[in-house]
Amino acid sequence: MADNALFQFLLRMGDNTLVLGHRVSEWCGKAPVLEEDIALANTALDLIGQTQMWLGYAAELQGEAKTADDLAYLRDVWDFRNLLMLERPNLDFGHTMMRQYLFDAYHHLLLGKLAGSSDPRVAEIAAKSVKEAAYHLDRSGETVVALGDGTAESHRRMQDALDLLWPFAGEMFLADDVDDAMAAAGIAPELAALKAEWESSVRATLRDASLTVPDDDFAHKGGKTGRQHTEHLGHMLAQMQFLQRAYPGASW
Amino acid sequence: MARPDTATVWGWLDQVPDPEIPVISVVDLGIIRDVAWDDDTLEVAITPTYSGCPATSMINMDVETALRDHGVEKIRLRQQISPPWTTDWLSAKGRAKLEEYGIAPPNAAGGPEHCPQCGSKDVEKVSQFGSTPCKAHWRCLSCLEPFDYFKCI
Ligand SMILES: [Zn+2]
Repeated sequence: MADNALFQFLLRMGDNTLVLGHRVSEWCGKAPVLEEDIALANTALDLIGQTQMWLGYAAELQGEAKTADDLAYLRDVWDFRNLLMLERPNLDFGHTMMRQYLFDAYHHLLLGKLAGSSDPRVAEIAAKSVKEAAYHLDRSGETVVALGDGTAESHRRMQDALDLLWPFAGEMFLADDVDDAMAAAGIAPELAALKAEWESSVRATLRDASLTVPDDDFAHKGGKTGRQHTEHLGHMLAQMQFLQRAYPGASW
Repeated sequence: MARPDTATVWGWLDQVPDPEIPVISVVDLGIIRDVAWDDDTLEVAITPTYSGCPATSMINMDVETALRDHGVEKIRLRQQISPPWTTDWLSAKGRAKLEEYGIAPPNAAGGPEHCPQCGSKDVEKVSQFGSTPCKAHWRCLSCLEPFDYFKCI
């Protein structure tokens, strides 16, 4: 059970970065301006690189000569363990950046704690990733403030994005048996403690962005447990996994 | 062949250019973390700059090719991610070469010290990201030239 909990935890970490990395990469070649296009592609690249480390470790635990690629390309929707928020379609640039910010603020905080994990592999992957996450957070935070506190049009779009995404943010902090086992083993932090820190920094940024945080604390769930993904993930996987499904074992 | 000492091997690796910024070597970049003999096998530890850096596999291939060209037969490349790569590991020679090439070297203050073309301190950020994961995009307000800045991490 302990090993299975660690495996599930690694899938959550790796699936979050994989699914968000793929979503962000969908902007490549069609972002609003060239600089944003490059920034998004670079962010996606970091996230996919982090995925290789998390899913690589998960595949080793799984044994059977499995690799990170097997996990990324050959699992179906119900085996994915990413947060629902990350599989949502990009919609507009504002929605993409709001989602990025809400996740970056959580990811950066979490990775910082994981760098002190009792599991040395988790600690070193986190220590590597947290530097990249800090850079992502800088940029997404600045962008949320610039657009939220920008024109009437950009403000409206950012408020709409926040209203849409806020009910998905709560899933990041919903602890279950896997999280409890990881916390008890000193592998990962208590999510409840993380939430307070996340909320205070996110609320301050959203205030600077002159945006209003919705009152309702309702949280959609089912992504990180794999119990119920949205209809969007299957469509995304159909595109992402097409090559390996159509031509099994194909390599560059 | 006789086993060359590790200082000689470091010298060879210092001739292997970084595929994305060929004016500096993989040693200048600080990504070669260790060179050691394990019996008759030469083991080289390499760390990635950014976790998703697409040049990583190219660098591994270039390192292996260079060592083979020098007659080393048994080579083992080991990826090492801890401690994570930092721009503090760029060599002084590498920093000077970057600047000469037109890329502002990393600076703890978080931005370039001056324009690598004309030396002006009147510079501004265009974007936090640039043509490769390790660079950001800046411009000079004196000579009006855009330039790459090697991000400090
Ligand atoms: Zn200049």
